[in-house]
Amino acid sequence: MAPTKFDRLSEAEPGERFRIEKLDIEGTMKRRLLDLGFVPGCEVTVLQKSPLGDPTAYKVSNTTIALRIEESSNIYGERIRDDNE
Amino acid sequence: MTTNEYTIALAGNPNTGKSTLFNLLTGLRQHTGNWPGKTVVHAEGFFTYKDKQYKIIDLPGTYSLYSNSADEEVARDFIIFEKPDVTIVVLDATALERNLNLALQVLEMTNRVIVCVNLMDEAKKKGIRIDIAKLAKKLGVPVVPISARNEEGIDELLDTIDLMIRGAIQTKPIVIPYSRSIEEKIAKLLPLVKEIVGDKYPARWIALRLLDGDTSLLDALKQENHHSFKEVARYASNRSAKSV
Ligand SMILES: Nc1nc2c(ncn2[C@@H]2O[C@H](COP(=O)(O)OP(=O)(O)OP(=O)(O)O)[C@@H](O)[C@H]2O)c(=O)[nH]1
Ligand SMILES: [Mg+2]
Repeated sequence: MAPTKFDRLSEAEPGERFRIEKLDIEGTMKRRLLDLGFVPGCEVTVLQKSPLGDPTAYKVSNTTIALRIEESSNIYGERIRDDNE
Repeated sequence: MTTNEYTIALAGNPNTGKSTLFNLLTGLRQHTGNWPGKTVVHAEGFFTYKDKQYKIIDLPGTYSLYSNSADEEVARDFIIFEKPDVTIVVLDATALERNLNLALQVLEMTNRVIVCVNLMDEAKKKGIRIDIAKLAKKLGVPVVPISARNEEGIDELLDTIDLMIRGAIQTKPIVIPYSRSIEEKIAKLLPLVKEIVGDKYPARWIALRLLDGDTSLLDALKQENHHSFKEVARYASNRSAKSV
């Protein structure tokens, strides 16, 4: 069951911060994302998308990590927008 | 004069300065190639300290040792099967939280560990202060602050290696507690694992890997001629936690 009230990390735009709530995935990919630092509770900054839009670089616990959409779309949480539009 | 050669493994996240430290310790006494059957670079070098000869292996930088890649397999297999006399885990002082993930994994695998907090100069610049003594106490192994690029802290690191080799340092690595249901499963598996591997491998770590359904580790163990492992594996797969 996919959570609906949260955003996907893949939807966040460069410059935005994102607070991870949960990973909706099991197995090796979950393990890998956790090991890379995409842990519930932690905050990620979206750095930039590659020219073709995928992968996207994220700043996560002080290191830059690039994720493909297949991966970032399994990460749910809250988009934090600094500027109040 | 005949002397023993001791083996040291350098483990750590990518870009934490392992190779810088490796080059500093070994100078030109090193050679590189590939790990057997893998496209992963293998670098080993040699140095002498206080009349002892050391062989040091620069393991591939990884965020984890749970075999998501050839790099991780190489690093894991070296620590488990080659049993280095000392494993040095090189941490980036400016990203400790992230780096401790791998350190804790290594501490589950072996108690012959020295944690080396590198890039202390960078941390200082960024105003990051690290309570080295507290970290050592929490982790249960020696922690040495260094700056490999500036060649700072290397003497203390070498002395710590020497003390550990001589058995003058007793470590007591932190034991990570898991949820009750997982701890119960570990408790059931432990006697079986111990019966089969004895003291050869870290039983708790193997039990955990089995519960996680780590097939790559099973393959590696089978190659090491532990056919009786199938028995434990069957037992574990019946009780395996869906996700640890
Ligand atoms: N400021 C500073 N930079 C360092 C220090 N040690 C290493 N570096 C730099 O950090 C970068 C990475 O160092 P490497 O030695 O290649 O790191 P590594 O751990 O071998 O990296 P991988 O092999 O990719 O896992 C290099 O640019 C080094 O010069 C240090 O103590 N202080
Ligand atoms: Mg290197």
